[in-house]
Amino acid sequence: MAIEHANVLRAAHLARLGVSDAQAERYVDDLSRILEMVDRLSEIDTEGVAPLSHPLDATQPLRADEAIEVDRRETFQSIAPATADGLYLVPRVVE
Amino acid sequence: MQWDVVIGLEVHVQLSTCSKIFSGASTAFGAEPNTQACGIDLGLPGTLPVLNESAVAMAVRFGLAINAEIPEYSVFERKNYFYPDLPKGYQTSQMAHPVVGRGEVDITLGDGTVKTVRIHHAHMEEDAGKSLHEDYSGMTGIDLNRAGTPLLEIVSEPDMHSAEEASAYIRAIHAIVTYLGISDGNMAEGSMRCDVNVSLRPKGQEKLGTRAEIKNVNSFRFVERAIAFEIERQREILEDGGVVIQETRLYNPDLDETRSMRTKEEANDYRYFPCPDLLPLMLDEAYIEHQRSLLPELPSEKRQRFVESLGLSTYDADVLTGSRPLAEYFEAVQQHCSDAKLAANWVQGDLLGRLNRDGLDITESPVSAEQLGGLLVRLVDDTINGKAAKQVFADLWECKGETADDIIESRGLKQVTDTGAIESLCDQVIADNPVQVTQYREATEDKRGKMIGFFVGQVMKASRGTANPPQVNAMLTEKLDALL
Amino acid sequence: MHDKTLAELARGLAAGDFSSRELTSSLLERIKRIDPALNSFITVTDEQALKEADAADALRHKGEAGILSGLPLAYKDIFCTEGVRTSAGSKMLDNFIAPYNATVVEKLRHAGTVSLGKTNMDEFAMGSSNENSYYGPVKNPWNPKLVPGGSSGGSAAAVAAGLVPAALGTDTGGSIRQPAAFCGITGLKPTYGRVSRYGMIAYASSLDQAGPMARTAEDCAMLMNAMAGHDARDSTSVSRNVPDYTQGLNKPLNGLKIGLPVEYFGEGLAPEVETAVREAVRVYESLGAQVIEVSLPHTSMAIPAYYVIAPAEASANLSRYDGVRFGHRCKDPVDLEDLYKRTRAEGFGDEVKRRILIGTHTLSEGFFDAYYRKAQQIRRLIRQDFLDAFARVDVLMGPAAPTTAFELGAKADPVQMYLQDIYTIAINLAGIPGISVPAGLADNRPVGLQILGPHFGEAHLLNVAHVYQQATDWHQRRPEIKE
Repeated sequence: MAIEHANVLRAAHLARLGVSDAQAERYVDDLSRILEMVDRLSEIDTEGVAPLSHPLDATQPLRADEAIEVDRRETFQSIAPATADGLYLVPRVVE
Repeated sequence: MQWDVVIGLEVHVQLSTCSKIFSGASTAFGAEPNTQACGIDLGLPGTLPVLNESAVAMAVRFGLAINAEIPEYSVFERKNYFYPDLPKGYQTSQMAHPVVGRGEVDITLGDGTVKTVRIHHAHMEEDAGKSLHEDYSGMTGIDLNRAGTPLLEIVSEPDMHSAEEASAYIRAIHAIVTYLGISDGNMAEGSMRCDVNVSLRPKGQEKLGTRAEIKNVNSFRFVERAIAFEIERQREILEDGGVVIQETRLYNPDLDETRSMRTKEEANDYRYFPCPDLLPLMLDEAYIEHQRSLLPELPSEKRQRFVESLGLSTYDADVLTGSRPLAEYFEAVQQHCSDAKLAANWVQGDLLGRLNRDGLDITESPVSAEQLGGLLVRLVDDTINGKAAKQVFADLWECKGETADDIIESRGLKQVTDTGAIESLCDQVIADNPVQVTQYREATEDKRGKMIGFFVGQVMKASRGTANPPQVNAMLTEKLDALL
Repeated sequence: MHDKTLAELARGLAAGDFSSRELTSSLLERIKRIDPALNSFITVTDEQALKEADAADALRHKGEAGILSGLPLAYKDIFCTEGVRTSAGSKMLDNFIAPYNATVVEKLRHAGTVSLGKTNMDEFAMGSSNENSYYGPVKNPWNPKLVPGGSSGGSAAAVAAGLVPAALGTDTGGSIRQPAAFCGITGLKPTYGRVSRYGMIAYASSLDQAGPMARTAEDCAMLMNAMAGHDARDSTSVSRNVPDYTQGLNKPLNGLKIGLPVEYFGEGLAPEVETAVREAVRVYESLGAQVIEVSLPHTSMAIPAYYVIAPAEASANLSRYDGVRFGHRCKDPVDLEDLYKRTRAEGFGDEVKRRILIGTHTLSEGFFDAYYRKAQQIRRLIRQDFLDAFARVDVLMGPAAPTTAFELGAKADPVQMYLQDIYTIAINLAGIPGISVPAGLADNRPVGLQILGPHFGEAHLLNVAHVYQQATDWHQRRPEIKE
């Protein structure tokens, strides 16, 4: 399946990646060649084959319901770009 | 034109676990911002989720309570979107394989009719943080304490057709989750939030109309009012020949209206795919049966028992099973006094009336079930009469005594059943009221029945309320009739 | 001292020939001298290393030293190390001081090892040449015109150059084995789930696995003893007993059944690599092994499947880099969308963006079934190929990479670069272990022999590799380094 300019811009928007028009053009080129290679998947008949998400047939382990974490806000926020009153700050969100 | 209203609900219930669904951070409400957001909740690079056992158990118990199928395995998926209160850029949720499959919930309407609402499925997911819009030098503040709190999202079929039905449905869900003890159901704190889908179609039409989704409605009353508003809004549009736009709307309780969330965002594409950090959750028969063995008596079962074994009306049974603490309170009172109807009347009348007046929840009642039960025992065994009982109740409410017996004793409210004492009071009243006696004697028989009330009242007054009214009535009738 | 293996250094420390401080200082000194030309380290933690060395020496003095006490290591800069920058080779995390230790880091610290620092890598482990690093490319110690391979290129180069006796890498599609091959060292990718991923910055979660990179299989075994095991903080880590990997290293190989996948010796394989690998197989025959040809019919599908699954997982894993809680944030964002888009455009390099775009596109509405679902079905077929092969043979052997190390800048086309991983990538899709061992030099460029085993067969792989290293000296060859 070919990838078009609009697909790249759409993906860039969904992924919140700033991409200029010129950059998008280059990505159309790169991504087209990658997808062309990926398209070989359609050569294989996979009728009735169950998808495999994990390489091992393992199941989810469960954790005991215990609140064991301590407050490390100071450490965590020491590496944050912008905080005030213990909050992370972002440009105003309009609802 | 006649319109058919179609309503479906997605109810998000915060599960009352101690720790988060995928981390060991506390879920307690009201902590200082970001003090309960650990590295996993913050989405720090390299951190990984591990599923909370209690969250699973609670979800399964909910499924069993609504007679749902519990699939052998379920899968966590990533729902991808960017928002500052969503630290990882995806919400870990369930999509193709939810933990709870199809089920059903019975709702009771105001006229006592019972209706079944089908549940499409219920799935586990993590809650997001909160955006605080107070002005932080022109910025929005993000508190991630709530991020990762376990949610059970219960998705109904579009089986409801009025605001009343939708409201009854939410009450039923609320009753189930609080009975199960899997959520505190506190809507004011956001423990239960609803997304409501409303659409209209011409009566008789099969195909559903275009729906609007009202997001994040957080009280029973608001659900009803938001739906009522939305039905009117859509009806007006349709009757003017317009079309309803499929969109997300917000209910504003202050203005009592819904408005469109004017986001620039085009249709979302959440790109769900199985979360590679979590493995399929497998639940075997033994685990499910164990959870079943932990189920308490559910509201519908309790209601049925109240009607069939205790002889209550369906209305009374419905009110009294509205929440688990209320039902437990009633049952404790009833067991104390062994008179279900009397207990039901007092709990619904005097108790709920006063709680309502003072804005209190049943769990905050100043009068305990034991105290009320003790009071009703004295009513049943004729120690006090109904009037005195009201006085004792008022005193208990104001904590003027430890038990009903203390108050009866200290206030001298014990009913006088001594025939001699009552007889002398009756004689005194007859002697003191010659005019009324004459009127009585001259009255026709059917009028006399009413006139006796005057004399009973006088005797009760003279006894300061402690005489037994039926006894007084009988004695007065006998004495006055002897004068005829 | 820089020429010795971990095992030799351990013996030297135990015998009191030198202290951990002496060893550590001498290596730190060597890094200062040599690494500016190689660029294999992003961060060198001198002070902390000497402190840890002193602590190890003190422990030894008290007679409480363990086998790994005082031995220097380096970590690929993808492992979170508390208080130390953990960049994942990205501008995005250039200012990220990790507030916690990865589980493997914790385990190796507990075992008494000394960390010299954090090694260079392709940004977020995406690459096969180490040219995708924000901190610049790494040079191959065998020839500074050549790439060291990737994405664990810094770890491989540092070990090959004798800057550190062993380093940790991660392998999502060959990122331990290919650079090990290019640099002439030994690198093990364990079974998926054998080593905890907690604290390892995720690229593609269902494929990522940490492993040791060292001079010999024996050294890898020593490290695996400390690294492997269940971690309650990683749902995908396996609770299964960890054997002593150093125990059976010398078991003779009589009767060993080796399978040679026909698909690993076809078109695209450089003749000098094939010659070296076939020669290595002959050594095994002389050691009593039996060789048969096998087929892994879906081999050609591994790269296509990988370039759907890995970017899809990566596109979600990398969404957390949004400029809100840590890492790079663009200057003066005007609104939320600007914050996200500019932060991510500035913070990520080109290859990372390509993979995020591919992953986002293939997961989006209308494409999911044709790409993601299809790739996962083929992933099952690829795993089945290996299960079928291991029903017939004990191990599989082949080249770790189709060529020896290539020149910097030689592969500007991303698809050409992806083809580098043709022999390594299927192993991650199947979750099985694989090891690359030095098996020759062609034009003074190392060749790697790749040995594959069934799930949890790493003890046997180490045994097979070790016996070969007892019979050959390729692992003892060292590049000439201008000092």
